[in-house]
Amino acid sequence: MTAQIRKLAVWLEETHREAGRDIVPATRKAVAVAVIANPFAGRYQEDLTELIEIGAELGALLGRRCVEALGIAPAQAQSYGKAAMVGEAGELEHAAAILHPKLGAPLREAVEKGAALVPSSKKMGGPGQVLDVPLGHKDAAYVRSHFDAVEVRLNDAPRAGEIMVAVAVTDSGRPLARVGGLTHGEAVGKDGLK
Amino acid sequence: MPDVQLRKLAVAVEEIWHEGGPPAIIPRRRAAILAAIRNPFAGRYVADIQPFMEDLKPLGLMMAQRLLAALGGDPLAIDGYGKGALIGEAGEVEHGALWHAPGGYAMRDVLGGAKGRASAIVPSTKKVCGIGGRLDVPVTHVQASYVRSHFDAMEVGMPDGPRADEMVMVLVMTTGPRVHDRAGGLAAAEIKAMDGLR
Repeated sequence: MTAQIRKLAVWLEETHREAGRDIVPATRKAVAVAVIANPFAGRYQEDLTELIEIGAELGALLGRRCVEALGIAPAQAQSYGKAAMVGEAGELEHAAAILHPKLGAPLREAVEKGAALVPSSKKMGGPGQVLDVPLGHKDAAYVRSHFDAVEVRLNDAPRAGEIMVAVAVTDSGRPLARVGGLTHGEAVGKDGLK
Repeated sequence: MPDVQLRKLAVAVEEIWHEGGPPAIIPRRRAAILAAIRNPFAGRYVADIQPFMEDLKPLGLMMAQRLLAALGGDPLAIDGYGKGALIGEAGEVEHGALWHAPGGYAMRDVLGGAKGRASAIVPSTKKVCGIGGRLDVPVTHVQASYVRSHFDAMEVGMPDGPRADEMVMVLVMTTGPRVHDRAGGLAAAEIKAMDGLR
C-alpha cells in the first residue's frame, strides 16, 4: 500500500420513512473515507504519479468497504460517486490526481460494471468541514431517480498535511423519486448514459 | 402508548491507525449507531412521559445488536461505550433523558450485563438542536469508569436530522484505548474493585 492511511471511516444510512410514508425496502447509502498523508504537502510537485497510484488503491479499498457495509453482492450496487478534500498545505490538483486518472477502474470492479462516469467533487478544507459526495447511477448517467449526494465529515480531518478521500455506493435511488426521466428499470447500461 | 416510528438509521465505523505517532498494528475502532425517530411529545408539554421508555427498549436492543455487529460481533472486543440524544427543536431536553435506561441497559446487556462485564455506568450527553446538529458522545471503559486510557468521545450527527419533531438516539462502542494512550492513571489491566468505578 502506497497510501499512508491514518484513519478509515465508513458511514451507512438507511431511510425507512419520508414525508409520512414508509419506504420499503429502505433506501441505503454507504460512504467510505480514507484520511491519508499528502506526500506533497507544503511544496510544489510537478509529477503527481504517486497520488495517481494512491487513487487506484483507494478506489479498490473504499469501493469494497462500501459494498461490504451495504452487505450486497457487487452487482446489486446501483449508484456511486467520489470526492476528495485536501488539507490546507496541499493543492486542489492533488485531489484531481487521486480522483480522475486511476480511481475509477478498481471502483468499477468493486461494484461490477459501472459503465457511467463516476460523478465527483473536490475542495480544499480543514478538520470538521463537510464534503458532499455526488451520486449518479453506475451504468446509465441519465437515470434521474439516482441523482443524489451523501455528506461526510470527520471532526479531526483533513489536517493540513492530509487528504480525505471518499467513495460512496448505494443499492437504491432517492426515497420517493418522482420527477420522471429515465428509470433504473429502463436503463440499458451500454453507453454509460442511457 | 405511542409507537416508536423510525425514519432513518445510520451506522458510522472509524478505524484509527495513528495520530502522528507510531501506527497501531490493529487499528483502534469507534462506532456509532444513530436512529432518527418521531418525538411523540413534540410541540406540547406532556407531564407523564415515562411510559415511552418502555417503548424505546426494543429500539435500544436492535441498535445495540447492530452496533456490535458493525464491530465484528464479539462482545469481549468492546471495552468502551457511550450514549446520547439529539432532540429536535419542538421537543425538550427531558425527552432525551428517556434514552438513559433503554439505551444504556440494552448496550450493557449485549456486552455482558450491568451485573457482569458491563458494570460501569454508560456516560452520556444530550441536547436540543436543529437539523444537522452534532453531538460529542463521551466514551468510558465498560468495566471501570476511572480507566484513563479509555476516556474519549466520538462526534456524531445526521445531516437531515433531528427534524423539529424528531429525536436522534445514539449509541457508541469502541475497542481499545486511545491510539497513543500515554496520560497515565488507572490502566484497564489494573481494574480490581469490580464496582464499576475502579
